[in-house]
Amino acid sequence: MHTAMRAGALALAIALPAAEAVAQQSPTLDAIRARGQVVCGVTTGVAGFSNPDSQGVWRGLDADGCRTVAAAIFGDANRVRFVPTTSQNRFPALQSGEVDLLYRNTTWTLGREAFLGFQFAGINFYDGQAFMVKRALGVTSAKQLDGATVCVQPGTTTELNLADFFRTNRMSFRPVVIESLEEIRAAFISGRCDVYTSDASALASFRFTQGPNAEQYVMLPEIISKEPLGPVVRKGDQRFFDIVRWSLFAQIAAEELGVTSANVDQMLTSQVPDIQRLLGVTGGIGQMMGLDNRWAYNIIKQVGNFGEMWERNITPMGVPRGINALWTQGGLMYAPPIR
Amino acid sequence: MQTPTTTDPRFLRAPPRRGIALSWRDPTVRAVFWQVVILGLVGLGIWWLVDNTMRNLEVRKIATGFGFLEREAGLPIGESLIPYSPADTYFRALTVGVLNTLRVAIIGAVLATILGTVIGIARLSRNWLVAKCAAVYVEVLRDLPLLLQLLFWYALLQGLPGPRQALNPFGSVYLSNRGIKFPWIEWQEAHTAALIALVVGAIVTWGLSRLFTARQMATGVRPRLWPWAIVLLVGLPLGVWWAMGAPFTVDRPVLRGFNFRGGGTITPEFAALLFGLVLYTAAFIAEIVRAGILAVHQGQWEAAAALGLSRGQQLRLVILPQALRVIIPPMTSQYLNITKNSSLAVAIGYQDIVSIANTTINQTGQAIEGIAIIMMVYLTISLSISLFMNWYNARIALKER
Repeated sequence: MHTAMRAGALALAIALPAAEAVAQQSPTLDAIRARGQVVCGVTTGVAGFSNPDSQGVWRGLDADGCRTVAAAIFGDANRVRFVPTTSQNRFPALQSGEVDLLYRNTTWTLGREAFLGFQFAGINFYDGQAFMVKRALGVTSAKQLDGATVCVQPGTTTELNLADFFRTNRMSFRPVVIESLEEIRAAFISGRCDVYTSDASALASFRFTQGPNAEQYVMLPEIISKEPLGPVVRKGDQRFFDIVRWSLFAQIAAEELGVTSANVDQMLTSQVPDIQRLLGVTGGIGQMMGLDNRWAYNIIKQVGNFGEMWERNITPMGVPRGINALWTQGGLMYAPPIR
Repeated sequence: MQTPTTTDPRFLRAPPRRGIALSWRDPTVRAVFWQVVILGLVGLGIWWLVDNTMRNLEVRKIATGFGFLEREAGLPIGESLIPYSPADTYFRALTVGVLNTLRVAIIGAVLATILGTVIGIARLSRNWLVAKCAAVYVEVLRDLPLLLQLLFWYALLQGLPGPRQALNPFGSVYLSNRGIKFPWIEWQEAHTAALIALVVGAIVTWGLSRLFTARQMATGVRPRLWPWAIVLLVGLPLGVWWAMGAPFTVDRPVLRGFNFRGGGTITPEFAALLFGLVLYTAAFIAEIVRAGILAVHQGQWEAAAALGLSRGQQLRLVILPQALRVIIPPMTSQYLNITKNSSLAVAIGYQDIVSIANTTINQTGQAIEGIAIIMMVYLTISLSISLFMNWYNARIALKER
C-alpha cells in the first residue's frame, strides 16, 4: 500500500513536473500559514478605503479586501495584521516582504509591473484624478487654473498627471509637495494652495471628513486620468496572486448572482450551478487553488459581496457607484467565470 | 624604521636588526595577522551585503543601474535656482534638489553664525536684561525638537492672509500665505557680467592687500589700499554694466488671477525651513561663542583694558581673535548639522535633494540608487565643509614655535 502510493506519487511527479512545481511553490502562502496571519499594507488613513475607527479597527474597501484574503486562506476574516504605509514606503515594504500584499489605493500602471517587480491582482475601484477648490474661489473648470498653486502628494502618479495636464493645456502652476496627508490637507485648508489634486475618491473622502465645512469645497468636473486602484502582490508567486485576484472576483460574482452575507447559508442549497461552484458545493475549485473548498463561502459570509462592501464603506461618503457598478448595470465590474 | 630626530643618545645608535621570525611570539607577526583577519572580515561583510542585495534584486525582478537618470522626470518642482520643467530628466531634477539644499544650507550657516555670535556675546553682557533674554532664547530653542519648530513656523506662515488680502508693509512688498513678494531687477547678461567683474575685482584686491603687506614688512610703509579697492570693487563692475548698456528694469509683483506674478519670491516653505534652521542652530552657536570667550584668560581683558581700549575694542581686537581658536572646531559640527538637518525639509514641502530623490525612488522604484545618490550628495557637502573648516582652523591656529 505504502509503496504503491509512493510509486503512484513518483509516476505523477514524472508525468506532471510542471503542475507539481506550480502547486508547491508559494513562499508567500507558506509564510502566511506559518505566521497565522495575512500582513496587509494599507494607507495611513483614508476614510472609506482604510482608516481605523474609534475602536482602532481598520474600516474601508481596502481593509475589507485584506479580510477577504484572510477569509479565503484561513476561513477567518480577522486573521489580518494591518500595516499602515505612506505613498513612498509602500513599494519598498512590498518588495522587501514586510507585507504580503498592498491593498492601498494603488494605481495599476505598466511601469509598476515592468520595473518594480509587482503584479496587480485586480481592480477594486475605478478612480480618476480630479481637482478640488474652495467654493469662494469661483472657479468652475480646471481649464481656468492657469497660475494656480497646487497641493499634491509626492511619489504618486497624481504628481505626474498634474504636470502632464498643465503642460498639455499650456498653463503654468506652482506645486506644493508634502508627503504627509494631514500636512498637505492642512496646507490646502489654510489657503497655502488654491487647488488640491488627488484621486476623486480621496477628494470625496477628504470632503466627507470636513463635516459641516464640506460645503466650502467643490470638485471640478474634469477627471484628468485613469486611476484603476487595486491590490498588488510581488511578481513570481502565482499561487498567491491567484488567491488575491479570485478573492476579489468571488465577491463581484457573488453580487452578480445575488449571494449576500445574509442569504449565503440558504444559497448553499441553491440548485443554480454557478452558485454551487462559487460556494464550493460542487467543483472542488478551492482545493485546486490550495484552499478550502468553502473559500468563497467564507469570504461572502464574513466580509460580504462587493456591493455590500461598497455600501458599508463608500456610500456613506456620498460617492455614487458610477462606473464601479456591475457590468450588468452599465459599470465596469466584471468577474470571469468561476469554474 | 626609526629615524633619529633628536639627540637622545638612545637613538644615535641604530636599533639591533631582528629577522622576522615566523613565530606567534613575534609581536610584528601577531599584529600583521590580526590586521589581515579584521580587514578580511570587513571585506567579506561588504561583499556579502552587495552580493545578497544583487541576488535579491534579481530574484524580485527589480531593474538596477543609473540609466533612469536620463529618463524624463515629469515631476513638478516648486522652486528652482536653474530653469526646470517637468519635461527635463531625473538628473536635472536631482540637480535642482542639490542646489536647493545648498541654498538653504549656505544662507542658513551664514545667518546662524551672525545671530549665534550676537546672542553668545549678549549672554555675557553686563546688562542683566540682555543677558537673561539671551539665556532664555538659548534654553528654549535648543531644547525643542527641530521638526516641531519647523512645523510651527510653517503653520505660522500659512496663517497669513491669502494673496488677494496680502499685507503690504511698504512699496511693492507683499506678505501672504504664498510667501514674501518683492520687486526684483530683470536679470540680464549685463548683470551677470557685472557680477563676474565684482568677483575678479575682489580677487585682485585681495592680491594687492597681500602685496602691500609684504611691502610694509620690507620698507615699513604701507601703500594705501582703499583707492584701489574702490576702483576694483565699485568702479569695475559699474563700468562693465555701463559698457553693456546699463540695463535696469524693475520687475514688480502684480496680483493677477490666483497669485502675484513677477518680482522675487521667498516661499513659505523656504522661509519656514530657513527660520527654523537658523534660530535652532544659532542657539548652539551662541553657546560655542560664549565658551570660546570664557576660555580666554581674564588677564587678557585686564591687559587690554590697561592699554586703554574700550570694552567693545577689547572684545573685538583682543578677545575674539583668541576665542576663535576655541570656537572654530565645534563650529564645523554645527555647519555639518545645519546641512544635514535641512533634510527635514521633506516635512514642510521644501523640495531639497531628499524630497526629490524620494519622489524619484517612488516613480522609478530605484531605491538603492536613490539612497546612494542622497548619501553621495551629503558626503560630498559634509567633507567639503570639513576640509574648508580644517584649513581655516589651521590658518588661525596659534603659531607655536
